[in-house]
Amino acid sequence: MTDTPLLSVRDLVVQFPTRKGVLTAVDGVSFDIKRGEVLGVVGESGAGKSMTGAAIIGLIEPPGRIASGQVLLDGERIDNLSVSQMRRVRGKKVGMVFQDPLTSLNPLYTVAQQLVETVRTHLPLSEKQAREHALALLDEVGIPAAKRRMDDYPHQFSGGMRQRVVIALALAAEPELVIADEPTTALDVSVQAQIIDVLKRLCSERGAAVMLITHDMGVIAETADRVAVMYAGRVAEIGPVRDVVQHAKHPYTQGLMGSIPTLAHDSDRLVQIHGSMPRLTDIPPGCAFNPRCAHAFDRCRQDRPSPIQTGERAVACWLADQEVGQ
Amino acid sequence: MSVVEQSDRPGFIARMRDTDIWYSFVRNRIVMLAAFITIVIFLGALFAPLVAPHNPFDLASLSLMDSLVPPAWMEESDPRYLLGTDDQGRDILSAIIYGARISLAVGFASVAFAAVLGISLGLLAGYLGGRTDAIIMRIADVQLTFPSILIALLIDGSVRGIFGGQFSREDSAFYVLVLSIGLSFWVQYARTVRSSTLVEKNKEYVQAARLIGLHPIKIMLRHVLPNVTGPVLVIATINLALAIITEATLSFLGVGIPSTQPSLGTLIRIGNDFLFSGEWWITIFPGIALAVLALAINLLGDWLRDVLNPRLR
Amino acid sequence: MSAPSDTDVLVRVEGLTRVFDLSKPWLNRVIEREPKRTLTAVDDVSFEIRKGETFALVGESGSGKSTIAKLIVNLLAPSGGRLLFDGDDMRKATSANARQMRSRFQMIFQDPFASLNPRWRVGDIIAEPIRAFDLASDKASAAKRVGELLETVGLAASDAAKFPHEFSGGQRQRVAIARALSAKPEFIVCDEPTSALDVSVQAQILNLMRDLQDEFGLTYLFISHDLSVVRHMATRIGVLYLGRLVEVSEGKALFQNPQHPYTSMLLDAVPDLDMTGRARTQVVGEIPNPIDPPSGCRFHPRCPLANARCMQDSPMLQPTAIRESACFAVEEGRREVPNTSTAGAK
Repeated sequence: MTDTPLLSVRDLVVQFPTRKGVLTAVDGVSFDIKRGEVLGVVGESGAGKSMTGAAIIGLIEPPGRIASGQVLLDGERIDNLSVSQMRRVRGKKVGMVFQDPLTSLNPLYTVAQQLVETVRTHLPLSEKQAREHALALLDEVGIPAAKRRMDDYPHQFSGGMRQRVVIALALAAEPELVIADEPTTALDVSVQAQIIDVLKRLCSERGAAVMLITHDMGVIAETADRVAVMYAGRVAEIGPVRDVVQHAKHPYTQGLMGSIPTLAHDSDRLVQIHGSMPRLTDIPPGCAFNPRCAHAFDRCRQDRPSPIQTGERAVACWLADQEVGQ
Repeated sequence: MSVVEQSDRPGFIARMRDTDIWYSFVRNRIVMLAAFITIVIFLGALFAPLVAPHNPFDLASLSLMDSLVPPAWMEESDPRYLLGTDDQGRDILSAIIYGARISLAVGFASVAFAAVLGISLGLLAGYLGGRTDAIIMRIADVQLTFPSILIALLIDGSVRGIFGGQFSREDSAFYVLVLSIGLSFWVQYARTVRSSTLVEKNKEYVQAARLIGLHPIKIMLRHVLPNVTGPVLVIATINLALAIITEATLSFLGVGIPSTQPSLGTLIRIGNDFLFSGEWWITIFPGIALAVLALAINLLGDWLRDVLNPRLR
Repeated sequence: MSAPSDTDVLVRVEGLTRVFDLSKPWLNRVIEREPKRTLTAVDDVSFEIRKGETFALVGESGSGKSTIAKLIVNLLAPSGGRLLFDGDDMRKATSANARQMRSRFQMIFQDPFASLNPRWRVGDIIAEPIRAFDLASDKASAAKRVGELLETVGLAASDAAKFPHEFSGGQRQRVAIARALSAKPEFIVCDEPTSALDVSVQAQILNLMRDLQDEFGLTYLFISHDLSVVRHMATRIGVLYLGRLVEVSEGKALFQNPQHPYTSMLLDAVPDLDMTGRARTQVVGEIPNPIDPPSGCRFHPRCPLANARCMQDSPMLQPTAIRESACFAVEEGRREVPNTSTAGAK
């Protein structure tokens, strides 16, 4: 039982029919998350990282749909559940934290009311017990004077405090998996560090797995155990975070890492990937990265590389394939 | 103004066919039908002298012998008059075509007047803010408390009081209507344009224009105006139908277009006197024409609003 | 640091202050018995920008960095203080003089989706400053200049005929840069120019901005919340907290040994690729509401070194060898700041 990963995504494809043809926003994505593990999913805008998260929890807006592939939670498929079954999975087994804490909270109810409602929906507790549970949660996420503040409305909290409330809400039903989509993007640097701390600490205490979606490689580097780098709807590279950051194998990851200015050392020029990510309407044949890649050769323009597994890492690049072959 | 060579760009029609508006248009049967009816009525009104079988304003051609002839499919009808004639022997079909011409002219002119007034005041209020804004918007609030009929009566009365016999009723009626309908409609434009202007003026492209010291009027006209016209187009379309109906109401009540050159509203009023004596066609056919025209334009306006404002869907 | 002579200084900011009136309209105030409410977004800020350098202002939300940018380019009027551009007071310039002065500075904005008029072709957008300052004799030479500018920023001259929506975010920011360059300015205020862009695109834009600085001898005021970007770009850095400048320093020195406790905290908070396992001090508290800022040193509620004096008096910027900081703890020697030799080098 412990060997099966908590979340397993297999060849996930998400498509959007439009009047100009079908757009493939997520194209054959596979990864696993073990219990207690933090998987970072990183990529630039349009890479399909948020769409992957939305697909896992069944929140893809029609006309978009999961065209093929499977999502397994605890060994059971959840991609083909009915709307009401899926709603039960969300909240109970999967908690969610989104970028904008204001939209995740109902402005008309107090924080306590929302927490108690969530707790009682999923756990067999009395009103009083649920309130105590909510208070404990708010304490845990670091809301000062939680007892006094829990009856305030969301707008009475600052941005950082609101995001703490959202985390409390996501953890209320003791989920096994937390999907956090850009949880710190709207926050200031000094607050961001605190939120990351809270998220990481609580999830490891509870043994919950985390899928952390962000565009910020720094956040991933400090938080995640493993990282999946996405490009144009596909996973370019996946592996332990230290390996990927320091010894990236995919040319896109290499470029991405080089393009990030760091505090630690001086650099006169940043590494620059030429051009920009293709629009979903015109993804080139073969490897999606080939027009921007300095190492591209004929095969890259014709055949699409699938992730090649070596040890803990997988790289979707024909260069890596050659390496293995030698 | 443009320093750009446009030769290698796709033509206007090619670009139009690629837009969401066209896509939505060709997939909506009702809207296509509404557009078709609107165009037919517009063209008919525009080319009335060529389309209409008779000239209802030509008093010499009228004969009392032909008065109150019923529509062509009824007994005692005259094949020359498809929809019958009124008490003066005017052909109803021709009167409708000519009447629609007057109704549409009043509608377009008053919408244009209201739009120009409202857009200018809305731009000024939104862009300048402060006291200018407060004064303009309070005037707008006061304006809303007067119904257009009251304004029409006021203007009609004061025009006649001031100019007395200088103008005949025929000459002044059109302008009085345009002025009174326009004055009661401008507030909507001003409010819409003001709120869009408040959004646009804080956008960085306006700041970039301010940075190089462009005059505020230039910024309003060149930068802000083109970006706030979307909702105005929608309001103008819906207002056109409303203006035509208001014109009809005013004419029906006798403060509008006089019966010598009847608009649709005037025709309905004239016919109303004969409704109970059995000559129903004099009022019913202009009524149907008015309803169909207003409905078609309204449908187009609703559709435009949906297309231009995806959030309302 | 030898005091720079006046000829080296391009922009001098003295005691700059901006107060926003957040009160409700007069009538509502009277009826609801509410007092006037004001927000001091920029509070007595002084610094200078030398010719050819990149001076960066960093700070979190509410620090007043964007307000300072707008004050400097004259999009907002200051409530107090002076702004000298190349020795001339910008507020007192005559109209002919002001026009001439305006052509010497430009601004690059944060959001490339809002900074280009969506109804205008890119060529017309770039040509607007050229027209406004009468820099081209006729249409043909304006069009030629637009083409050159587009190529300078890495686009094609034929892109002039396109509309902004046909470009990606990074390309739009290039267009915005071309517009900023079109009036041949000496000084460009960059207000978070890359914060709306993806990292790989950010690298392209930052590299481009550096190349242009070398090519045209530009002076930048670079506003950002991102310390790593600032570290990459800036010659000197000013750190803002709640409308006040707490530290001004040479770029490298700031990161090697920050003096002000807020600067240290900020540096500790930045998630970094190099996961060096730096000993992090736990970040505490949040930025207070700027409408009701703390007394004395505005950082004292979050400061580990705060004492009674910090709660009452406001520290002023105290110049030392290569930097200035506004902190009583540093002044009184309560904070140990090692003076590294590398810092003074430059």
